Amino acid sequence: MQELNKEHKPLIVAFCCNWCSYAGADLAGSSRLSYPANVKIIRVPCSCRVNPTFILKAFQKGADGVILCGCHPGDCHYTSGNYYARRRMTLLFSMLDYLGIERERTRVEWVSAAEGAKFSKVMNEFAKTICELGENKRLEDLRCKD
Amino acid sequence: MQRIGVFVCWCGSNISATVDVEKVSAVLALEPNVVISQNYQYMCSENGQALIRNSIKEHNLTGVVVCSCSPRMHEATFRRACESAGLNPYMLEVANIREQVSWIHKDIEEATEKAIILGRTAIAKLRLNTPLTAGESPVIKRALVIGGGIAGIQSALDIAEAGYEVDIVEKSPTIGGNMAKLDKTFPTLDCAACILTPKMVDCAQNEKIDILTFSEIESVKGFVGNFKVGIRKKARFVNEKLCTGCGVCTQKCPSKRGLNDFNMNLNTRPAIYIPFAQAIPNVAIIDPEQCLKLKNGKCGLCAMQCPTKAIDYTQQDEIVEREYGAIVVATGYKPISLENFNEYGYSTYKDVVTSLEFERIMNAAGPTSGHLERPSDHKQPKVITFIQCVGSRDTSGCGKPYCSKICCMYTAKHAMLVREKYPDTQVNIFYIDVRTPGKNYDEFYRRAVEQYGVNYIKGMVGKVYKEGDNLVVQGSDLINNEQLLIKSDMVVLAAAIEPDPSVRKIATLLTTSIDTNNFLTEAHAKLKPVESPTAGIFLSGVCQGPKDIPETVSQASACAAKVIGLLAKDKLKCNASTAGADEMLCTGCSLCENVCPYGAITYIDKEFRLGGGRTEVRRVASVNPAVCQGCGACTVTCPSGAMDLKGFSTKQIMAEVDAICKN
Repeated sequence: MQELNKEHKPLIVAFCCNWCSYAGADLAGSSRLSYPANVKIIRVPCSCRVNPTFILKAFQKGADGVILCGCHPGDCHYTSGNYYARRRMTLLFSMLDYLGIERERTRVEWVSAAEGAKFSKVMNEFAKTICELGENKRLEDLRCKD
Repeated sequence: MQRIGVFVCWCGSNISATVDVEKVSAVLALEPNVVISQNYQYMCSENGQALIRNSIKEHNLTGVVVCSCSPRMHEATFRRACESAGLNPYMLEVANIREQVSWIHKDIEEATEKAIILGRTAIAKLRLNTPLTAGESPVIKRALVIGGGIAGIQSALDIAEAGYEVDIVEKSPTIGGNMAKLDKTFPTLDCAACILTPKMVDCAQNEKIDILTFSEIESVKGFVGNFKVGIRKKARFVNEKLCTGCGVCTQKCPSKRGLNDFNMNLNTRPAIYIPFAQAIPNVAIIDPEQCLKLKNGKCGLCAMQCPTKAIDYTQQDEIVEREYGAIVVATGYKPISLENFNEYGYSTYKDVVTSLEFERIMNAAGPTSGHLERPSDHKQPKVITFIQCVGSRDTSGCGKPYCSKICCMYTAKHAMLVREKYPDTQVNIFYIDVRTPGKNYDEFYRRAVEQYGVNYIKGMVGKVYKEGDNLVVQGSDLINNEQLLIKSDMVVLAAAIEPDPSVRKIATLLTTSIDTNNFLTEAHAKLKPVESPTAGIFLSGVCQGPKDIPETVSQASACAAKVIGLLAKDKLKCNASTAGADEMLCTGCSLCENVCPYGAITYIDKEFRLGGGRTEVRRVASVNPAVCQGCGACTVTCPSGAMDLKGFSTKQIMAEVDAICKN
């Protein structure tokens, strides 16, 4: 894992819902379950708050992978938000595929507040996948470059 | 122009050991809008908070970023600090540099760099924060207790004692739950009915308590302080107000083949019955599956005999709508189904029974009037073998991975009761471990071994089979390392307990979470053991995890204390992070209304000025901030981008994405 990181440090944006996945990330922290430092978490109230444009924006700004984490189906704090997220992401992912962004660069995972170990495992696996895919240049915004 | 203060916490050495806190505060000081950046050992301590408060006043700060532990830990603390210094509490952002940085990364350089990025991200978001005001909503001073077992009864009595009205909704025809079925209770061996039934009567007589039996929760709307609950009162075909519980009908009923579920189906009962002598309410009920009148219209004896004309064959289910400020879930447990455990022969041999069935056999009010006899031929058994951990601590997938906690103690109790009443009976107990922590518990178990001569065998049972009239238990004795074949007249299985299956539907209705074993999840395993993660919902008894009676009663009272604390408030602060539509962009399409899980969005016709004295009336979305819980489903659904969420606005999240991806 560490060796791969040295070659290329991918940037991963993780959107985590406040009630399950963000708490799962906290549990990973308090259990000292490591995952690569390139994973940066953005806290959202619910996975359904994640607008597909946030993910497009992340890719445009140089993210190499984007992961959306929410409560398990049936466990959403707001009853049904994760179902909306799931449907929206299914559509978005097929559009990203059309745009030529590898399917593996985006992922939806359900992580409960009790699943610190799962959070760490998912992030490690995802970071490894992104490392293997290398840099994402497809949606890069060239206007911002010098 | 925002004036931002950054406060980096060391958390003792929790953060400072892996993050260069001096560097973090120095680098963040250079960010635009940051006017002061400091670090301190414990930002959450009184001194740390004073540092924040004084800086707000001294530097006229309009916003605060704290780089510390998770916002789930201390966001509320720092918000209060801001508020007490005159700053709007929502002008605060927390960068989580402990759980997300120092605790999981070892390399100081890498950790420091990540901490700086997270700090920058928080600053970027804070630049777009606006002061928010949480609305207030009134608290309905009435509580709902779901489940009428000992947990629900205790919670209801305590809440009523404080002067608040409580409704108990129980799905079966009487309150009392599993405890009403028990014979004696450990570790004192006093009879369950003697200590439970007075409490049941207290509930019935308490003016503040309304008991709705044979009723289930149908719908739940609203939020803490303001729940609207639909309750289905199932048809019992007997008018509760008229029935006096005289029991004439039960004697006259000609259909007596229905299984008596109160006696664990060990005997039968009439189609019209009262669950047990001390049932509350003491009202008859008709089992429509067995009633001849309801099945084919021929009979009607009970209606003819009833002195108060209480029988009503046309009764229908009824939906009652009530409002509550708080809800206690006390749905209890049931023993697991033993269909996966054919090796013990439970479904094959009548004389293999579960512990709860054994309770009924030993109970003076049970099917055998308390005489120990085995079900097959009603003979008194001479050898009884108990098997513990049937489906508990089972990781094979057939049973449950957890310890059911109560079985070691009740099996010791059963063994003692048998040896006490029938001293010539041999009692064997197969166990994996004996777990008896608790006040006077281990002493109780030792009495079973030392004074009552119960034969404890450490080992597992492979098979129970029949040889002639008797059962043979084939097991291993791990201590003496030998295989045993024990001829037994009766075998009692300590089946694992699991949450009552009704809890799944109830958890969904209450939007609260369940763990992988269907136990309800508490808000914090150690510090919030009776609160659910959903505000206003509290957990009492085994629905939250395996417990015995003393623990259940303690938790039920703790729950009541929390409910009383909530109901004592006249008003509650609402969620400040609510959605709102930009009326100039809203097209009135209704999509947001459809996705809102709380029904917080309605449409209003509003008049807009167009200039030149002209006006137009348009249909626009209107969010009720008292009902909106701030999930944000509407914001993404909105096709025109009119809907946004305060505190998590599109611009704020975009700014976070930008800040993270900048380098």
